[in-house]
Amino acid sequence: MLAFIVRRAFQALGVLLTVGLIAFSMFRFAGDPVNQIVSIDTPAAEREEVRRSLGLDDPVPIQFARYLARGAKGDFGVSYQFRQPVSDLLAERMPATLELAFCATVFAIVFGILMGVFSGLNRESFMAKVFQTISLIGISLPTFLIGILLIYLFAVTLGWLPSYGRGDTIRIGWWSTGFLTKSGLTALILPSITLGLFQMTLIMRIVRAEMLEVLRTDYIKFARARGLTTRAINFGHALKNTLVPVITIVGLQLGSVIAFSIITETVFQWPGMGLLFVQAVQNVDIPIMAAYLMLVALIFVVINLAVDILYTVVDPRLRSSIRQPA
Amino acid sequence: MAEPVLSVRDLRVEFVTRRGALKAIDGVSFDIARGEVLGVVGESGAGKSVTGSAVTGLIDPPGRITGGEILLSGYRIDNLPPEQMRKVRGKRIGMIFQDPLTSLNPLYRVGDQLTETIRTHTNLSASGARKRAIDLLAEVGIPAPDRRIDSYPHEFSGGMRQRVVIALALCAEPELIIADEPTTALDVSVQAQIIALLKRLGRDHGTAIMLVTHDMGVIAETADRVAVMYAGRIAEIGPVRQVVQNPLHPYAKGLMGAIPSLKGDTHRLTQIPGSMPRLSAIPPGCAFNPRCPFVFDRCRVERPEPIARDLHPVACHLYDEAPARTESVA
Ligand SMILES: Nc1ncnc2c1ncn2[C@@H]1O[C@H](COP(=O)(O)OP(=O)(O)O)[C@@H](O)[C@H]1O
Ligand SMILES: [Mg+2]
Repeated sequence: MLAFIVRRAFQALGVLLTVGLIAFSMFRFAGDPVNQIVSIDTPAAEREEVRRSLGLDDPVPIQFARYLARGAKGDFGVSYQFRQPVSDLLAERMPATLELAFCATVFAIVFGILMGVFSGLNRESFMAKVFQTISLIGISLPTFLIGILLIYLFAVTLGWLPSYGRGDTIRIGWWSTGFLTKSGLTALILPSITLGLFQMTLIMRIVRAEMLEVLRTDYIKFARARGLTTRAINFGHALKNTLVPVITIVGLQLGSVIAFSIITETVFQWPGMGLLFVQAVQNVDIPIMAAYLMLVALIFVVINLAVDILYTVVDPRLRSSIRQPA
Repeated sequence: MAEPVLSVRDLRVEFVTRRGALKAIDGVSFDIARGEVLGVVGESGAGKSVTGSAVTGLIDPPGRITGGEILLSGYRIDNLPPEQMRKVRGKRIGMIFQDPLTSLNPLYRVGDQLTETIRTHTNLSASGARKRAIDLLAEVGIPAPDRRIDSYPHEFSGGMRQRVVIALALCAEPELIIADEPTTALDVSVQAQIIALLKRLGRDHGTAIMLVTHDMGVIAETADRVAVMYAGRIAEIGPVRQVVQNPLHPYAKGLMGAIPSLKGDTHRLTQIPGSMPRLSAIPPGCAFNPRCPFVFDRCRVERPEPIARDLHPVACHLYDEAPARTESVA
């Protein structure tokens, strides 16, 4: 098990190095960084001074190594537009994004599994058809349109929920949370649905398909022949066997939820990292863009590792195949 | 005579499809007594598994019982409400399927699957059920059962898994065990052990066993009586010695010619020409008539009913000297 984790950790490191290289090269492609710092009428000698002080006259591999070493310590340089350390900016915005992603994921998992199990068990029922329709909408409508429709319906027309922002937040250490105030919680509802809808429909479809598949297997037939109760069969034996693919999807999608929160955050003016990134793109704020790229890569890598470990918790067959690699 | 454990009377099962109702089982009757092993043979699609499913009330949709009755120790079970039938399954009827590799839920320890079944059908406590599970594993010949009980199915070999499946079927001391091709998926080397185990358990507990198999050798060794099925009907049913050594029905004659030799070559020694008709294309008269070497005019128009001849029933016009005298046979 440990060897397996170490092996995966090395793979993860490889991914991070690659993404780091891409992030680093963004600085080069976006023109001379010195120009971003000095003004147009700065004398050439002074420019050279800045260049040397930033280490920009060193060979490229050394600069890359330095960039990575700083990045590992959480130092991604200073934002061009805000003149603040990028890491401070990201840390300030991170709670908003993570809380939104968390709520969207919980929404997607809970409703996805419930609706999936229901439509797997009652394939022909009216509600199952309703769920199928919802899932079609969730899959086919683009996120920003869903967000705008929800705002139009619940914020503009009905006036039940706020249409933008996080509401009131409370600071706990450096973390600002919207979970502890009523306005913070209501502000989470629409963005979470918008962000999680696609994932929810995906989970629902997978759980439904897996459920139908599993209910046809011999071990379910055998469980019936043993006289187990319908509930034990459906929720004990069948549902657990659908979980491996669900974990895969949830894991892979959790990364996307954070990455694609860019769109939802823009629609709802949600003060998270995604919105920060969009502003950075508009202002060619390379340090923020590069750091965001690295951060998203890190999140993906960590989630993938967690998913691999979770598999082995659910499926004992994987546990032993990992113990003795074939 | 003591009441049979299982009594199937004129059972009919249909699958309703777009092309109409297909008669998968068309008037099947047989009994199994306490401690008796009834072997059921016949080509794939003859209706052996559907008969077993009908008895346990687990026919796959769109199939349903359309006639006849099934009695377990004298009480009808074919019309029980689903919840009551569930309590019969696993408690009074144990089921063993073909493939032990897929019969067990891969995500649960065998002990959990055993105790779950035991506790569904008895009032035993968790620790009592665990103790019974260990005893059951010991009884079906799993070494070190107190350790193996915490293993997962994939940690057992095919033969050992089938032993676990048998233990699961035995959880509540059923009166009847239906074993549907219990050795077909196993290595030849362990087939004999599993059959011997089943036979021993049936004898020790007085369980009635319905043993479905393709293997005439197994039948000859294990069964007390044999039913030969063809196209949803019983062609011939009787004591194993009579049916195997001196089959009457031309189809049974063909099947018995297909017993593999001791040298172990499994190809058929004699081959019945043609194949069994699909359910949608069963010929009128005797379903076997297109393949029968002894076919005559009557076989093509009139369906033969089982006639008791030499004390065991056979559904064939060859044995019906006086056409008027047809007896239905219990
Ligand atoms: N779920 C089903 N739907 C339609 N027909 C079925 C179904 N299950 C079995 N049958 C039909 O019933 C007949 C008997 O099948 P079965 O009892 O499985 O044969 P076997 O003797 O090989 O066990 C076959 O002709 C098969 O086509
Ligand atoms: Mg079968």
